[in-house]
Amino acid sequence: MLLIACPWCGERDELEFHYGGQAHVAYPADPEGLSDAEWGEYLFVRDNTKGPFAERWSHAAGCRRWFNVVRHTVTHQILAVPSDRPTAAGRPKPVTA
Amino acid sequence: MSHQLPEHPDRLWRTPDPKRSYDVVIVGAGGHGLATAYYLARNHGITNVAVLERGWLAGGNMARNTTIIRSNYLCEESAALYEHALKLWEVLPQELEYDFLFSQRGVLNLAHTLQDVREGTRRVNANRLGGVDAEWLDADQVREFCPIVNTSPDVRYPVLGATLQPRAGIAKHDHVAWALARKADEYGVDLIQGCEVTGFLREGDRVVGVRTSRGPIGAGRVALAAAGHSSVLADLAGLRLPVQSHPLQALVSELLEPVHPTVVMSNHVHVYVSQAHKGELVMGAGVDPYNGYGQRGSFHQIEHQMAAALELFPVFARAHVLRTWGGIVDVTPDASPIIGPTPIENLFLNCGWGTGGFKATPASGWVYAHTIATGEPHPLNAPFGLERFTTGALIDEHGAAAVAH
Ligand SMILES: Cc1cc2nc3c(=O)[nH]c(=O)nc-3n(C[C@H](O)[C@H](O)[C@H](O)COP(=O)(O)OP(=O)(O)OC[C@H]3O[C@@H](n4cnc5c(N)ncnc54)[C@H](O)[C@@H]3O)c2cc1C
Ligand SMILES: [Zn+2]
Repeated sequence: MLLIACPWCGERDELEFHYGGQAHVAYPADPEGLSDAEWGEYLFVRDNTKGPFAERWSHAAGCRRWFNVVRHTVTHQILAVPSDRPTAAGRPKPVTA
Repeated sequence: MSHQLPEHPDRLWRTPDPKRSYDVVIVGAGGHGLATAYYLARNHGITNVAVLERGWLAGGNMARNTTIIRSNYLCEESAALYEHALKLWEVLPQELEYDFLFSQRGVLNLAHTLQDVREGTRRVNANRLGGVDAEWLDADQVREFCPIVNTSPDVRYPVLGATLQPRAGIAKHDHVAWALARKADEYGVDLIQGCEVTGFLREGDRVVGVRTSRGPIGAGRVALAAAGHSSVLADLAGLRLPVQSHPLQALVSELLEPVHPTVVMSNHVHVYVSQAHKGELVMGAGVDPYNGYGQRGSFHQIEHQMAAALELFPVFARAHVLRTWGGIVDVTPDASPIIGPTPIENLFLNCGWGTGGFKATPASGWVYAHTIATGEPHPLNAPFGLERFTTGALIDEHGAAAVAH
């Protein structure tokens, strides 16, 4: 079982979270202009990294917010979570692998 | 009073050093890689073949699965493929001259909600139209067929009925691998263990061999059969796959007297149980939700599946868990496998079997061997090509795949 640090609520056990897959997958900037192959890639293809992986989790049974984590997919060690709570200046910075 | 395990034949296989090149190099000596090598030789006369395995023969998911074999899938394309496999399972022990305890004790897929009942009866009808044996049982008939299932209406998710495929069952997975390996070896195929593929040899757009921990090996054609590690390998060739790797775990109890006459699966309360030939109860459940390569799963999945098992089978209340383990399964967006050529010349792909590829082993080998030998998919795997993720012609088997992912 993973111990995941929600940036707003602190460390909670995995059961409170919902997994959201790879982080930083942007919605296509020009959806009208995409070919079928590019749509297929956007919808169905994600990195499947063996090693440090930037991914999204939602604290579904807590504050219900989404945030990013870098987790090692072999050891399951969580290597980075956003450290700052959101401020008036905006949301915490995303972490990258 | 458990079953006697069959005696092994005197000779299994050689352990040759790799040659400098082969007509076909298969990456991964799991069931699928071995079955492919066997059918390349048997059906197509191609015997200058190596199967490269980074660990030991059939030590991956082939050694970790819960051995359930059935063909009651919903979509025509899948039912046809898995039914081809089931027909091969029925003749293979004799053909391979190796008893692997294929036991057609039937598989029940339980229904606990009105929606389950509708899905189940629809699948029974679809299967019958497709020539796959299937029956619908009501709760009383479930109790008759498998008396240890709790069919009381007073549980949280009462059993409302079940689909039954009588020809389905289980087999002894290690023996299946050894049987295929032995025959492939007899045809002259080189089975090379402790040989990790670390890259590909290219000439322009073509693959002409592989780099390995035991040096470069030339190949007319390279065929991936690496299950949970397929995208790691494909990355080395510059190919991105619509596949995600997840931990899936299983467990066994101590040995018990024969109490469990069939295989019972429940998608809704999420557990499946059979009794192995020696007497262990073999149980599995869903995948862990997150990506992982660690070959272990979360403990809460075990708690969840044990709670479900106890409600369905109160008779198991005092059984002890003996072992738990995990494997890494490769899941696709439509819960169906990918088998076919790739955009890279001479590189072939067989992956994405997810939580359910053991049952397909012989058919997977049959159609993959055809694809590698001819360069074109067999009619049975033509719908399962990589291009379906561009055309949108998905084969959505999430319901009939029977394990949540
Ligand atoms: C817990 C569990 C329960 C399951 N239960 C069932 C079930 O009841 N019924 C069912 O039908 N299916 C089941 N499955 C799924 C089934 O086991 C798999 O779909 C199937 O085994 C995959 O094909 P394979 O046998 O070739 O894979 P594997 O046996 O995993 O073979 C792949 C091989 O490739 C090797 N490899 C990887 N990378 C490299 C490399 N770079 N170089 C060389 N070799 C490499 C690996 O070491 C491995 O031996 C289950 C799986 C798990 C984990
Ligand atoms: Zn929170």
